[in-house]
Amino acid sequence: MVALYVLLDGFDLGAGAVHFLVARTEEERRQVIASIGPVWDGNEVWLLAAGGTLYFAFPALYASSFSGFYLPLMMVLWLLILRGTSIEFRNHIKSPIWIPFWDFFFSISSLLLAIFFGAALANVVRGVPLDQSGYFFEPLWTNFRLGDQIGILDWYTILVGVQALLVLMMHGSLWLQWKTNGALNQRAARLAGWCWWGVLVLTALVTAITFSIQPQASLNFKTWPLGYILPVIAIAGLAGVQIELRRKNERDAFLSSCAYLLGMLTSVVFGVYPMVLPARNPIYSLTVHNAKAGDYGLKVGLAWWLIGMALAAFYFTHVYRSFAGKVSVDSTSHG
Amino acid sequence: MGLGLLIVILKSIALRTGDEHFSRAARFWAKIFGINFAIGVVTGIPMEFQFGTNWAEFSKAAGGVIGQTLAMEGVFSFFLESTFLGLFLYGEKKLGRVGHWWAAFLVFVGSWLSGYFIVATDAWMQHPVGYQLGAHHEIELTSFWGLLLNKWALWQYAHTMLGAVQTGCFVMAAVGAFYILSHRDPFYGRTFLKIGVLVGALAALLQLSPSGDMQGKMITQYQPTTLAAMEGLFESQDGAPLAILGQPNVAKRTLDNPLVVPNMLSFLTYKKWTAHVQGLNDFPEDQWPDKIELLYFSYHVMVGLGTMFIAIMVLSAFLLWRKKLFEARWMLWVIMLSVPLPYIANTAGWLTAELGRQPWLIYGLMRTAHGFSPRVNAGNAWFTLIGFMGLYTVLAILWLFLVYREIEIGPEPEARPAAEALDPSVAA
Repeated sequence: MVALYVLLDGFDLGAGAVHFLVARTEEERRQVIASIGPVWDGNEVWLLAAGGTLYFAFPALYASSFSGFYLPLMMVLWLLILRGTSIEFRNHIKSPIWIPFWDFFFSISSLLLAIFFGAALANVVRGVPLDQSGYFFEPLWTNFRLGDQIGILDWYTILVGVQALLVLMMHGSLWLQWKTNGALNQRAARLAGWCWWGVLVLTALVTAITFSIQPQASLNFKTWPLGYILPVIAIAGLAGVQIELRRKNERDAFLSSCAYLLGMLTSVVFGVYPMVLPARNPIYSLTVHNAKAGDYGLKVGLAWWLIGMALAAFYFTHVYRSFAGKVSVDSTSHG
Repeated sequence: MGLGLLIVILKSIALRTGDEHFSRAARFWAKIFGINFAIGVVTGIPMEFQFGTNWAEFSKAAGGVIGQTLAMEGVFSFFLESTFLGLFLYGEKKLGRVGHWWAAFLVFVGSWLSGYFIVATDAWMQHPVGYQLGAHHEIELTSFWGLLLNKWALWQYAHTMLGAVQTGCFVMAAVGAFYILSHRDPFYGRTFLKIGVLVGALAALLQLSPSGDMQGKMITQYQPTTLAAMEGLFESQDGAPLAILGQPNVAKRTLDNPLVVPNMLSFLTYKKWTAHVQGLNDFPEDQWPDKIELLYFSYHVMVGLGTMFIAIMVLSAFLLWRKKLFEARWMLWVIMLSVPLPYIANTAGWLTAELGRQPWLIYGLMRTAHGFSPRVNAGNAWFTLIGFMGLYTVLAILWLFLVYREIEIGPEPEARPAAEALDPSVAA
């Protein structure tokens, strides 16, 4: 569910982050908003549905991680509020004050969300100071130096945050290339190409660093070499982006980016399994086994969850089909 | 949620009669609905997260149960609402008349379903069912349908949704009254008034009985301390009076300046004028809600306003039936000025429910004092509370501004001139 969230809302956030870079005129800015307007809310629901599912399936993990990551979570909430209201209210008043105001908040909140989500993932991978109570409270930052003084924002998490930002900028630009035409389309394609190089470099760097700070990853890949298929998907996806960009296959470029994201996220989960929230002191880690809810609840939950996912798949295909093709900005559109 | 229902009604009439007037009316209200929905979404998300951030001990213990209803809200309602909202707000041309009706209907269904899951969550906290205690103090779900069909949930849902419907009706009727009183859009004004008043009168009556009455009876049976506190009944007695007015004096265990109806509380709770009703003195003080005065006043504000709503709506409906409503300027003024009141009544109602449940977080199972996040200190909590207060104040001002603007702009102009539109010989 989280992977789907990143794939879907990722391109909304990416579009926001690149908003001012690719769209120069009012018309183009409306096109950016129109390309995500009808779908951003549904995309964001994956985050809420994932959070709710986490709650009932792994209540101890939900309680521990949400209270431990208190301040950054609250900031994420505020950014989500800013992002949502910017998209929805931007087009209500045709004024040279109103529109640029909301464009700014749309862009900055999308950009910061991308960094925060990357940092959040990095925290999970790196591990947090859980103790025997099953709780932790991590300082927002310490000193950003290499070493043991970790913080929610430190050198490692910010590095991954920057990687996440570049990845989502690439992802969002590829979406915009697919959904728009003209100068906007071309600028989006070029930006996607530049971001690609950053993504390549940072993926290599961050992967190397991650293996050295999270020993479970190497252990898991050695024990179950079949797991290597996941990073292979990621690499194939990344290569695919470059290839399809050059061939100007807009849809396939975007789908390759989706493959990269999917491969990366599943690799992370594979790397920390069976932990769901690693602890700096490994005996206190929260795992799939010690954080889960009772069996009855899990069984019943799985049953309705499968039905729900089937319905959601149906809705999403329906909505994306309805709004397929390049955006045109007229009075009836989200613009 | 209330407006969602009214929009479906407008679109149904449009589809049935083919009269474009109702389609235009629906389109106007859709704009306001869109603004409400956006603010609703962004302010609703923090609620899902706050169980974990600020109430971690509660979440760890009860997540296996209430996580189910919260997750179902996300998986079933939110996907449905958000998918069809875009189509409803921006897809009318693409979908055609029937398709667009379905979009409106599915948004309405999604939002009402969402309401059910949330109410079921609160209902379980008020009246826990379908669970057992696990080995490490966690609460395990044992009955999925028990959770979903909790008797408390069914009545609380009816009561909550009727409150939402009344809010929608008052707003629609008030805008109608405004358009008539300010001599603009009289044709739309009459439509909004008619629908707002007819649906509102029905909702106001059902709010009192059976939904309000049944809630009261359940509180009597399962939360007797709450009943005593909210009614200001300090002493157990047969033939207990109903306090209409009076300031609770908790130190002296009495009501100052009471205005009471003798025996009424006994009748309302047990259907017998002489029934024995337990007062606060029957329960140990550590089981009393800790904010008795606020609880008492929230409850009385809610009931007082609810009674006013019945009076306003039923009287307006009567005047409508006698074809006198549109000329009764005094009544139109009352309706128009009443617009903030349902918001206050709904808030007062939720305060009653939540303050009434104190000192329990999960009634009888976990006290509020034991449910908070042990690692989040007061400094952090204040920081984020102030942050939210600031952000929400800005959102509220934004909301008022945008909604007022839409009301000012008004619906699309009618095809025919206004004078002809008001001619009683022309079918309305």
